[in-house]
Amino acid sequence: MTDPYVTEFTVEGEDFLAAGEASNSIKETLKMLGVPSSICRRAAVITYEAEMNLVIHARGGTLRAEITHERIELTARDEGPGIADVNLAMREGYSTAPDHVREMGFGAGMGLPNIKRNADVLHIDSVLGKGTVLRAVIHFDGEGSAGGAKGRDRS
Amino acid sequence: MNLKTVTELIGADVLCVSERLEEVEVEYAYAADLMSDVLAFARPMSLLLTGLTNVQIIRTAQMLDIPAVVFVRGKRPQEEVVTLARQVKMPLLFAKKSMYETCGLLYKAGVLPCEIPERGGDVC
Repeated sequence: MTDPYVTEFTVEGEDFLAAGEASNSIKETLKMLGVPSSICRRAAVITYEAEMNLVIHARGGTLRAEITHERIELTARDEGPGIADVNLAMREGYSTAPDHVREMGFGAGMGLPNIKRNADVLHIDSVLGKGTVLRAVIHFDGEGSAGGAKGRDRS
Repeated sequence: MNLKTVTELIGADVLCVSERLEEVEVEYAYAADLMSDVLAFARPMSLLLTGLTNVQIIRTAQMLDIPAVVFVRGKRPQEEVVTLARQVKMPLLFAKKSMYETCGLLYKAGVLPCEIPERGGDVC
């Protein structure tokens, strides 16, 4: 068993021009490693929504991908304000994003649901005033398809 | 349908990467002004139509392997959007018609919609 391949990026808060660069780099890495394109897209949706959350809500943070032969583990970590009610934040349509973010096409309350739909495992640990750690795992042998096309729903 | 045909059909201008118009084929299209909706429902390799004009449109398209974007209702994208699209070789089209009419023309010509899965309320 070889060591996992790890790549990590720093994401700046409120930098909407650069937002998405880290996710794109992770996607390019996955493609380079020969990961199937449907799994690349699922990982890309997870990292991109998580990266946008870091930019919009958390004053930035880090985005990390760990890739082994069996799975991809994606971690977004921040020291932002934290999520008051994770269950509420998981609900489609619920959002605390400000108007300038909504005008960019985000903040529709679909971010975390989109992440959940594309992940085989999702853990969110959040402490108010301390920050949030979001960890999503995709297994290579999972049966799902990309982008929630089959309405993936695993709790 | 290749992008050259799309351009003629909807009367669009090409903003960048015109050299790929004949090479890029689209069978499906998705239209939205909400990027998270695009991330949830757009099929890979479908054409994206939007009225938003910021750089995140290109990023969103990149994540889903969407090969090209049509900006509708005469809204020109910001310069950094075109710059990024050139970098990633993504053709951008600019249509003066409304979202509805642009979509209608494509639908009538046989471009297929992306399926919206049945949704059972909350995902949690």
